[in-house]
Amino acid sequence: MWNYSDKVIDHFMHPRNVGVIENPNAEAEVGSIACGDMLKIQLKVDDEGIIRDAKFKTFGCGSAIASASILTEMIIGKHVDEVAKITNKDIAEALGGLPEEKIHCSVMGRDALEAALANYRGHTRKTPEEEDHSKLICRCFGVTENKIRRVVQENNLKTVEQVTHYCKAGGGCGACHSEIEDIIDDVWKVKAAERCERPEKPKQLTNIQKIALIQDTVEREIRPALRADGGDIELIDVEGDKVLVALRGACAECPASPVTLKGYVEQKLREFVSDGLHVEVVSQ
Amino acid sequence: MSVIYLDNNATTRVADEVLEAMLPYFCQYYGNPASMHTFGGQVEKEIVRAKERIVSLLGISDITEIVIMSCGTESDNAAIHGTLESYPHRRHIVTTKVEHPAVLNLCRHLSRSGYQVTELPVDSEGMLSLDELRAAITENTAIVSVMYANNETGVIFPIEEIGQVVKEKGSMFHVDAVQAVGKIPLNLATSSIDLLSLSGHKLHGPKGVGALYVRKGTRFKPFMIGGHQERGRRGGTENSGGIIGLGKACELAEAHINDENTRVKALRDRLEKALLTSVPNVRLNGHKAHRLPNTTNVSFEYVEGEAILLLLDSHEIAAASGSACTSGSLEPSHVLRAMGIPFTFAHGSIRFSLSVYNTEKEIDTVIRVVPEIIAKLRAISPYWKEATAKTKARGAGQPTRKAAS
Repeated sequence: MWNYSDKVIDHFMHPRNVGVIENPNAEAEVGSIACGDMLKIQLKVDDEGIIRDAKFKTFGCGSAIASASILTEMIIGKHVDEVAKITNKDIAEALGGLPEEKIHCSVMGRDALEAALANYRGHTRKTPEEEDHSKLICRCFGVTENKIRRVVQENNLKTVEQVTHYCKAGGGCGACHSEIEDIIDDVWKVKAAERCERPEKPKQLTNIQKIALIQDTVEREIRPALRADGGDIELIDVEGDKVLVALRGACAECPASPVTLKGYVEQKLREFVSDGLHVEVVSQ
Repeated sequence: MSVIYLDNNATTRVADEVLEAMLPYFCQYYGNPASMHTFGGQVEKEIVRAKERIVSLLGISDITEIVIMSCGTESDNAAIHGTLESYPHRRHIVTTKVEHPAVLNLCRHLSRSGYQVTELPVDSEGMLSLDELRAAITENTAIVSVMYANNETGVIFPIEEIGQVVKEKGSMFHVDAVQAVGKIPLNLATSSIDLLSLSGHKLHGPKGVGALYVRKGTRFKPFMIGGHQERGRRGGTENSGGIIGLGKACELAEAHINDENTRVKALRDRLEKALLTSVPNVRLNGHKAHRLPNTTNVSFEYVEGEAILLLLDSHEIAAASGSACTSGSLEPSHVLRAMGIPFTFAHGSIRFSLSVYNTEKEIDTVIRVVPEIIAKLRAISPYWKEATAKTKARGAGQPTRKAAS
């Protein structure tokens, strides 16, 4: 049995704003009966761009109905520009959280809202492929590469299973799992590269902050790399800009250790902590 | 809590008599039945009695044909692995697309380690074709594993006819009878079944105990390797309390089997008939006649199963659904898909499975509540308006039932 929040149960048992609007000035339909859920949303937007009314109809499970219901509450009375910023996370949070397997219900709400806003602005949505010009990855549920990229980035997803929970991709025949894995890898490779290019270095550090940051950098950035080669490093002391370390394991005997020290350890510390640092080995 | 429990194919309540029979074997008679002392030996005697009750329900008398297992899944695994290991040169398995995951996922797993697996299709009523079965079995086929009755639809396969074909072709025949044992009379004495799996908790016994029938003379290698228990066919200290509970449950099932096939069947039929006539756009899933007496699986078009279950739950009615959402997977039940049930119906399937504990009053409540629930969800469903229009256009059946909007 799903562990639904009281809020989900409340919105499922007593859905708000069910129905249709006569002469809506925006509407959208997402999902399909084959996929197991579908949401139809209609908006009445006034001349100032304020959403005066929103109505929905849903074919779907408890959390799909609750997601649609709370979405209408979240947007009525707000400006279209403001509601355009609503993410699936906002919908899930407003419901007091959703089980991970049900996050796709909140994604359907976000998609419907986005499509309705596009419709309001005079664009029409076509098939998923035409709509975002990217490759169709999951044929069972009609999910494109761009959509997968987006849920991976926005929700910090790392596995195919998570992607399936969030946007259904990969939940059918499973033939696209390796493609989804490639997309996940690609997203995080790009992210990692971005991180390396622009390390955020604090400008002014107190001594305590500096030592903490050095410790952190040694643990996070330096030790794993040395350990991978059978070596290790220990932070002994920090005197001003002088960082005293001891090399252990394979590093202790390695003839190339001076290179490692200056070329790698010192460079990493300068990159992440402060340009003025230099590293010295102490024998302990 | 006065729950109306109609999910007996998932699990059943332990009968009071079963619990009573089991309890002394936890704190009082806790000896190891394999021990040499009387304290353990007296437990062994009760285990023998329990096995006599199990074989009696199966229509046989030799207790050495029973190997106790920890559950239905282990029993299925032991049957298939035990046979494959006994016939190492045969590398082909025949099963069906509608098996329980205990068989289906095991076969799919084996197909990745060098076995060839044929999954036989079923028709729209969930029935197999004997000709397709005959064509599928080859000299290389080690085992044919077919369920007796389907857990989702209750559809009963013609096991003896299937067995004849399997024997003609010279393969071993395993039957997952987890849903059938205790619900319909079985007679293994005159059967061609080589191996048959059953589970305690489906027939008012405890969870954590099952059994595998291995016909005398059948080649079998143990799946759970260990001590000499179960005549060397399944290692592990006997679950005395569980086995004694299973024995008692079998005895009760034998006594109640007539009630199951008359009174319980009548309740099921009444429920089914009421749902099929009082709700528009509804269908029965599975063969109407070849079915377990306790199970009905109906689909309500344009509504989703989990939503129906949640509303039933708010009335304290427990049932099950083949919808995608209830399983956490995204596809509706593999059984309904194998039967080719249209998507408009597949997501809205509900299974009611009764037991001898259900009453007429409970069924009346369900008959009253379900149409309200379906109407409520259809009022929210974007597909429903079109559907009523379609029904009207065809002039089919009832005068337009307005979707309470």
